Amino acid sequence: MHKFLIHKQGDFVGVATRDIEANETVTGVFMDDNSTVEVVARQGVPLGHKIALQNLNYGADVVEYGQVIGYASTDWARGDYVHTHNLKSKRW
Amino acid sequence: MQKTVMGYRRPNGAVGIRNHVVVIPVDDISNAAVEAVASKIPGTLALPHPYGRLQYGKDLELHFRTLIGTGCNANVAAAIVIGIEANWTKKIADGIAETGKPVAWFSIEGQGELETVRQACWKAQEFVQYATELQREPVPVSDMIISIKCGESDTTTGLASCPTVGRVVDELIEMGATVLFGETSELTGGEHLIAERCATPDVRERFLKTYHDYVSFIEKQDADLLGSQPTQGNIAGGLSTIEEKAMGNIEKTGTKPVVDVLEPAQAPTVKGLNFMDTSSAAAECVTLMAAAGAVLHFFPTGQGNIVGNPIEPVVKLTGNPKTAHSMKEHIDVDVSGLLSYEINLSQASEQLAEVMVRTMNGRATMAEALGHREFVLTKLYPSA
Repeated sequence: MHKFLIHKQGDFVGVATRDIEANETVTGVFMDDNSTVEVVARQGVPLGHKIALQNLNYGADVVEYGQVIGYASTDWARGDYVHTHNLKSKRW
Repeated sequence: MQKTVMGYRRPNGAVGIRNHVVVIPVDDISNAAVEAVASKIPGTLALPHPYGRLQYGKDLELHFRTLIGTGCNANVAAAIVIGIEANWTKKIADGIAETGKPVAWFSIEGQGELETVRQACWKAQEFVQYATELQREPVPVSDMIISIKCGESDTTTGLASCPTVGRVVDELIEMGATVLFGETSELTGGEHLIAERCATPDVRERFLKTYHDYVSFIEKQDADLLGSQPTQGNIAGGLSTIEEKAMGNIEKTGTKPVVDVLEPAQAPTVKGLNFMDTSSAAAECVTLMAAAGAVLHFFPTGQGNIVGNPIEPVVKLTGNPKTAHSMKEHIDVDVSGLLSYEINLSQASEQLAEVMVRTMNGRATMAEALGHREFVLTKLYPSA
């Protein structure tokens, strides 16, 4: 059973559809082609919150829905919990 | 999707699904009279609000357009307008009367509130008898104006409830209906996606001007929207940036071209998907859309916005299983099965379309049954 969904192939984050615990190995489904991916969560991720699918350097654009939704405000690792502490808007 | 429902055809041909007799105050100080009429004559609906004195310019125009549009809405069978003085009161009543529906107006100065209420009650009783004799008849859904706006969004909105609305919006537009979306601030980060979907260069230019004028307005306040957009509820639900929120928001507009750009509360003249310049605050936005003629509203929510509207029924749906369970008295359609893949998008949109049809046929929404009647006027700047 998957625990997170990814809008599109190429997105840098997935969205938890159930609460995810730290160190849990979880499966995600890409909504555009139903393929799956496995990630080890480095922290807990509550339902509706995001998990990183790839390592990212500070300042890099973050892609979700195939679109830029902000930039990484710290370095990230695959499996990290992603929210306002490490992802910022490019608008305000 | 079912093409015909049982609704009301008004004298000007507009199609509605409710049959209200409204009592509209022109101004704040007429609220007491309006509420007195509504409490004496069951079956009337008072629409109190805090404005209407010393407004000027575009702000006054919007005030008139909103109150006239509310009375003109096809969910309204008849309207009574009460104001402190005759000129503005008559102006609003005359605007509503162009629809051909019964309208009466009363002003308080020179006779006092008690006498005004007495006269208005006589007329309200007559209008209730008129309205209750009107019969529902088969009407095409394609003749209706439907509005969409989401609230207390979270990431489930973009995964589930907004795509569900997007499917239904596409089907409605294919049938020939008119759909309104707005929320200017909440397109930030995705404004290029809407611009690309504008039907003509003129529509695109007007859309981008509306959007950029809005951004300039915020900058002139020496402010930004950090902390407000996304809202605290959005952030609690997992949305991190305005761009991410916009992507979910835009999902509900479906895939059809944007055919026109409307001022707040302006009635659409072109069938299809229309953009209206509105606030993203739920009650303000839905009030403007109802004033533009929308007779039913789709409201996707994530964390659980509970808004309703006195004129147009608000159908709420959520993709968040926690909200669907913990706030079930507010949720008309639970599409959280999309997250677990227990249902697909076709099934979710069929569920929503079925509830839409039942609502159009007269079934009360959760918000209607709970008595949610948020009527919130948009004010552009301070009064004189």
